[in-house]
Amino acid sequence: MTKAAIHVPPKGGFSFDLCRRNEMLAQNGLKPPCSFKKTGTTIVGLIFQDGVILGADTRATEGPIVADKNCEKIHYMAPNIYCCGAGTAADTEAVTDMVSSQLQLHRYHTGRESRVVTALSLLKSHLFNYQGHVSAALVLGGVDVTGPHLHTIYPHGSTDTLPFATMGSGSLAAMAVFESKYKEGLTRDEGIQLVSEAICSGIFNDLGSGSNVDVCVITKGHKEYLRNHQQPNPRTYVSSKGYSFVKGHTEVLTTKITPLKEKVEVIEGGDAMEE
Amino acid sequence: MASKQHANWSPYDNNGGTCVAIAGADYCVIAADTRMSSGYNILTRDYSKICKLADKCLLASSGFQADVRALQKVLTARHLIYQHQHNKQMSCPAMGQLLSNTLYYKRFFPYYAFNVLGGLDEKGQGCVFTYDAVGSYERVVYSTQGSGSTLIMPVLDNKLKAPSPLILPAKDAVTPLIESEAVDLVKDVFASAVERDIYTGDRLEIVVVKPDGIRREFIELRKD
Repeated sequence: MTKAAIHVPPKGGFSFDLCRRNEMLAQNGLKPPCSFKKTGTTIVGLIFQDGVILGADTRATEGPIVADKNCEKIHYMAPNIYCCGAGTAADTEAVTDMVSSQLQLHRYHTGRESRVVTALSLLKSHLFNYQGHVSAALVLGGVDVTGPHLHTIYPHGSTDTLPFATMGSGSLAAMAVFESKYKEGLTRDEGIQLVSEAICSGIFNDLGSGSNVDVCVITKGHKEYLRNHQQPNPRTYVSSKGYSFVKGHTEVLTTKITPLKEKVEVIEGGDAMEE
Repeated sequence: MASKQHANWSPYDNNGGTCVAIAGADYCVIAADTRMSSGYNILTRDYSKICKLADKCLLASSGFQADVRALQKVLTARHLIYQHQHNKQMSCPAMGQLLSNTLYYKRFFPYYAFNVLGGLDEKGQGCVFTYDAVGSYERVVYSTQGSGSTLIMPVLDNKLKAPSPLILPAKDAVTPLIESEAVDLVKDVFASAVERDIYTGDRLEIVVVKPDGIRREFIELRKD
């Protein structure tokens, strides 16, 4: 054999095999299907007196349908760094996982705690390489040897360094809360309260965001992941009787059973299982 | 140049929302949520999609609420003329035909409205008419229209449809449920639809039409 019969994917990067075909199809007027979770989201972060607090809602949507009512949008990057993701769910997950593993390797190599700027550089250079096609909008927060840091990263790779930040479709609703109430030197409880309020603002006023509030508090040498810190949207009505699904809703007209395999009769005895 | 700038402007919007109607032996339940939205924004959490056209005839509509208002105005005006000419209110089946004609009249610049008409017919039986945007309609036993209709319809089918059209003798055209069971079912399907449809929520308005009058009821839905 001169060529491998089965195509083996390369070790890294994306496969662009179908790009030429898709371009041809697009030229012939075929619209590409868009069936991935590009989710509406509210994600926020702020710096308080002894660290960083990140927050996120937990709704994932596919068009007008809620695909996941309680998904996790605060991703682990390093023990002292977490990252909220908005945009295409697959991209935010892949890009944070990828950078998280690079950070782990870097820690093995140096034997030191990861810095937030390292994560920031890795993320932005990856996103810039793909010119916005990797649609991940991120809020990166953490505490390292140089103190607390909070950054936002846009899908094209531009970054901001801010004391408080919001991203996603609910970013305007959340920013309205931050702009009116944020101040320097908030305490831990005030910070969590403000983050929750900003996320709730997104949950209730932006249709792309909903369900529960996730919070992550990172301080020097310590972090606290408060999964479902608030659950402000319980089901409002439960039927008193529940449901029973009766048989016979579909009339059976004919029945025919086709056996997949002919039955084989096994006769015991004889020289079975000789070793 | 100015015409090019407006090339992608549309006279239509979709304000979302879901409507359900169920016909019973001597009642009709018409229900709709009260959220009105545009894109990812909530315009209001308290907008009634149900319009009373006659004493025993109500119209629930989702789609583009500006068109819905225009449609309701036309129907109300036509009904007023009818009352002056005939000295009585229009029957629900007559209103059903009028609505169909009104929609089809605008076949090539349609009302972007998805309607369910519910009420009582001349015999006092519950009746429901369901429509598309250009006036195709059908008398049914139950129906749902709007953004959450694809989530609700299979549940109603399972609960209310005769097991099979092939089973003889054919089942009645009205649901076997009693009124309280129908109202309970409506509340539950809405509570479920709201879990998964982002355009449905806030509050549920339920109107029950019976020979001795109509009754309104509200329950809260998820607000996220």
